[in-house]
Amino acid sequence: MVDITLRVNGAACTGSPEARKTLADFLRDDLNLTGTHLGCEHGVCGACTVIVDGRAVRSCLMLAVQAAGSEVTTIEGLAPDGGLGTLQEAMWDTHSFQCGFCTPGMVMQAVAFLSDHPDAGEQQVREALSGNICRCTGYQSIVDGVLLAAERNRAR
Amino acid sequence: MKLPPVDYEAPKTVSEAVELLAEHQDEASVLAGGQSLIPLLALRLAHPAVLIDINGIDELSGVSATDGWVAIGAMTREYVAEESATIADAVPLLAAALPLIGHEAIRSRGTVGGSLAHADPAAELPAVARALDAEFVVRGPSGERVIPAAEWFEGFLTTSRRPDELLTEVRFPVAGRGMGISFQEVARRHGDFAIVGLAASLTLSGGAISDARLAFAGLSDVPVRAGDAEDLLVGERPSAELFDEAARRATDDSDPPADLHGSADYRKQVAAALVRRALRAAADNADERR
Repeated sequence: MVDITLRVNGAACTGSPEARKTLADFLRDDLNLTGTHLGCEHGVCGACTVIVDGRAVRSCLMLAVQAAGSEVTTIEGLAPDGGLGTLQEAMWDTHSFQCGFCTPGMVMQAVAFLSDHPDAGEQQVREALSGNICRCTGYQSIVDGVLLAAERNRAR
Repeated sequence: MKLPPVDYEAPKTVSEAVELLAEHQDEASVLAGGQSLIPLLALRLAHPAVLIDINGIDELSGVSATDGWVAIGAMTREYVAEESATIADAVPLLAAALPLIGHEAIRSRGTVGGSLAHADPAAELPAVARALDAEFVVRGPSGERVIPAAEWFEGFLTTSRRPDELLTEVRFPVAGRGMGISFQEVARRHGDFAIVGLAASLTLSGGAISDARLAFAGLSDVPVRAGDAEDLLVGERPSAELFDEAARRATDDSDPPADLHGSADYRKQVAAALVRRALRAAADNADERR
């Protein structure tokens, strides 16, 4: 067990995970933040993507102890009080998701990407999301949602 | 799967890390970005007794240019290297390959040294290191040694780093005048491991090729140079016929692996097409750099 302190969705947290525990399992099991989904558990599917210190990372490929001192944002931290963020609302409007399993990873990857690339076009969005696997939609509606969010962000 | 139980050490300096490696030898795995090692643990393909996490060693990160070389600290994250103006300017072949590694979230954590120490023969950076004759700096209990790329890659996921040594830095030569570059790969999706990849450079002087480098990813258990094709190119003027012949020489004797992504014969054809494409592109941008 290793004692760690980190910030998750703006709040200070402490924990004592085993060294082998991934950040994904720490978020889900120790902090009860089950919005972060685990698909493959070896870095292929992208479902567990969260934002660590401003960058999208796969939380199954990072140990919880390595997040000590970091600022972590999960899907639960995107909008307060059960509301929706701009991207989430745009994805709602374009019916981006079906079963919902890939949703949190897809959304977190897209949030990180749009904050760095507010003017991204379709090809860039597709490349940015290429590491996140969705087995329902065929991706078109997801890409539409991200592009709509980018448009709304720019219009503000 | 969940990771197996493993001890964990987080040294703060290279000396501490080397002491730990000397103590645990091949029972230890060095944890850098973890983008390859953690899957190996999850899939039970690696069984270290202890992880030596070098993420807290500040002296291992950074990019600096000196005396014709660009030195990249082993823990430098791939996205940092990707955004580095020094690398973009001085090592354009490396800059071309970096955005092709994995996906954005992988490059957030993955490191330049980690990829090169992992030595996956299908990965981009080993091919670039081999093409440019990069140098690998390792530190062990008896001090530092510098290993040329030609001697670094020994086999599938195997390098000449000894168990008690830590890769601390990789040095790439600064691109000379008239050098054109191209990194080409064919993959099923953006970000997937390449079916075949190729790191290429051509240096033109007075309209003729004075230096040529071709290093393949995915054709063998190590990144391989196409020496015959390079020899053919040097002294000649760029032309479609010359590049066709280079593609033939580069691939005729190759014996690529076969898997569900492609047969050996398909890989050979892809490799030849990449040689032609890369040489055309490199010759074009060599013109621009003059």
